Amino acid sequence: MGEHLEFRGVSKRFGAIQAVDDVALEIRKGEFFSLLGPSGCGKTTMLRIAAGFEQPDKGRIFLDGQDITELPPNKRRVNTIFQSYALFPHMTVRDNIAFGLSIAKRPPDEIEREVAAMLKMIQMEDQAGKKPEQLSGGQKQRVAVARALINRPAVLLLDEPLAALDLKLRQRMLIELDMIHDEVGITFLYVTHDQGEAMSLSDRIAVMDQGRVEQIGTPAEIYESPRTSFVAAFIGDTNFLEGEVTSIDGDYCAVRVAGFPDLSCFNDKGLQPGNLVYLSIRPEKIQISRDKPLLDSRQYNALPARVEDVIYLGSTTKYGVRAEGHRVQVMRQHFRFFLDEKPIRWKDDAWIWWHSDDAFMLERYSRGDEKLVGLPPEKVGETQ
Amino acid sequence: MKRRLQEALLTGPSFFWLLTFFLVPTLLVFFLAFRPADPYGGIGAGWTLETIKALGRSYYLAVGLRTLWVSLLTTAFSILLALPAGYAVARAPERHRKTLLMLIIVPFWTSFLIRIFAWRSLLHPEGLVKKFLMAVGLAGPQTSLLYNTGAVVLVMVYTFLPFAILPIYAAAEKFDFRLIEAARDLGARPLQSFLRVFLPGIRSGLLSAILVVFIPALGSYVVPDLVGGPGSEMLGNKIAQRVFVDRNLPHASALAVVLILAVVAPLIAIVLLRRKEKPGVILSEDA
Ligand SMILES: Nc1ncnc2c1ncn2[C@@H]1O[C@H](COP(=O)(O)OP(=O)(O)OP(=O)(O)O)[C@@H](O)[C@H]1O
Ligand SMILES: [Mg+2]
Repeated sequence: MGEHLEFRGVSKRFGAIQAVDDVALEIRKGEFFSLLGPSGCGKTTMLRIAAGFEQPDKGRIFLDGQDITELPPNKRRVNTIFQSYALFPHMTVRDNIAFGLSIAKRPPDEIEREVAAMLKMIQMEDQAGKKPEQLSGGQKQRVAVARALINRPAVLLLDEPLAALDLKLRQRMLIELDMIHDEVGITFLYVTHDQGEAMSLSDRIAVMDQGRVEQIGTPAEIYESPRTSFVAAFIGDTNFLEGEVTSIDGDYCAVRVAGFPDLSCFNDKGLQPGNLVYLSIRPEKIQISRDKPLLDSRQYNALPARVEDVIYLGSTTKYGVRAEGHRVQVMRQHFRFFLDEKPIRWKDDAWIWWHSDDAFMLERYSRGDEKLVGLPPEKVGETQ
Repeated sequence: MKRRLQEALLTGPSFFWLLTFFLVPTLLVFFLAFRPADPYGGIGAGWTLETIKALGRSYYLAVGLRTLWVSLLTTAFSILLALPAGYAVARAPERHRKTLLMLIIVPFWTSFLIRIFAWRSLLHPEGLVKKFLMAVGLAGPQTSLLYNTGAVVLVMVYTFLPFAILPIYAAAEKFDFRLIEAARDLGARPLQSFLRVFLPGIRSGLLSAILVVFIPALGSYVVPDLVGGPGSEMLGNKIAQRVFVDRNLPHASALAVVLILAVVAPLIAIVLLRRKEKPGVILSEDA
């Protein structure tokens, strides 16, 4: 155990663009680790630095404690699945898979054995004689995986390996990749801009923005307690309310948001009165009802609101409401549904409420936060 | 039926052009090779195999082998220089590429003959190159830079290099250089990735470059005539001598037949090689 692949203070600049900005990451052995972030945030550059195609301007890379920063790509025990697969077009599937071993001058019978085993793993024994151009996207992807894994790398680097596939195939390959990871037990460093992919596959995720790592954690940690407003907005939907801490009451504090009575919020970050914060509340954590709920106001916050739009989605309904001038998204799951229930409709007056533990406060240290205020939640992630 | 007529109409003009100015003269050459020469430079009556037999003399064998050797050397050096050049231009930033290509093409603005004379004055015993080599001690006063096979190969490589670079560049430009990264990622050293991934990737351009240098090199006449000596004569020179000096057309024709066969053989070989890959016309995609 222990860290396995480590980035220590790595920076890389291309002209005016700081592609990677002082990144520190420690990836553990056998872990499925994802780099998640919007387009252009430096994910591919991180992978290329790990593979040896880019030299960092600053910082070092370690593999099993050994400094590999200066090693050329062919000397590193890492292999890459390229965004475009980069299969050799003049070689058959078999020769593509055998390439690494044949470069390493392994005996022919061993190569044959290993290639056969790989072909079996990716279930393409009958396609071994085909050229890449004769393969479908999913098959190409599998060949790329086999071609990399046959070298038994310490770390497999995957650059958006599913981006080129259609949705159905993507879901199947997702499961397949997960199975391969369990089977071979090597470390995966996986790059994606798709939060669903990252959440479902990863042991841990590093969320990146503009070359910096915003947060590292398990999918649940990142979703349930985002460290910055960027992370909160990028992973799932959320509502942002701008406010100020006014008083502390044990583990909770009161936050004043313009127009609202003071809101009670769990103070996990040890904030002090006077701190300016964003209150972030996920839509599914907010309840909605026609009548004012009878609740303990120390544990719950309840606000009157007017329903502006209603989107029925089958398993859930999305409400857009306005409370004291603030636009808030509410997502309601249908545990039970009564046909004779009087549904909440457009232009109805209603109440929204949430538990004090379900909102989290974010200090205003994320860059670009100003832009986030007042945007509908589904738009927040797109401003980056 | 209508389609065929249309095709015939479309291809007709070029067919007649090739027939009159290419096929007929070539056949005439083959034809003349089997006629006797008359003492006045004309064609005698009847048929003979004497001329063809005369080609078997060791003297001609030496010239033939030299022609082949000089052409092979020229092709090898041209390709060796054109590969890194084509690679470099293809990898150069987009905005520099046009300039670099321009630099490769710019010599064509000067007449071929003038450029060869320029080389003559450079390599001349009183020329710049000779003086420089003597100054750094690489050549003595007796060393001759002109009138030998080395000079012929040098000037031929100079002449054919752009023709070799262009098809290689055209293929390299279409090459996906991420494949080289993939090879490096899988453990290949730079040279290995060049040989095992880049070269196969630009195969068609490479074959075109070889053809475009080797075939004209076989028929070279002006370069060995101007910078070569008696010891570096090629078949082209011999043919010219038979025509202009000996006024023996059958003999010249027989030599030309040998040359034509020597040119056609690699051509057919490469067409067959290409056919194995994919159907297509030679040079069409690169030239
Ligand atoms: N070779 C390069 N030269 C100049 N700029 C580059 C180069 N490579 C990357 N960049 C820039 O660095 C930034 C980060 O690029 P990178 O490819 O790492 O992003 P990414 O997160 O992988 O994005 P995507 O999701 O679109 O693939 C981008 O702004 C990109 O334009
Ligand atoms: Mg990328």
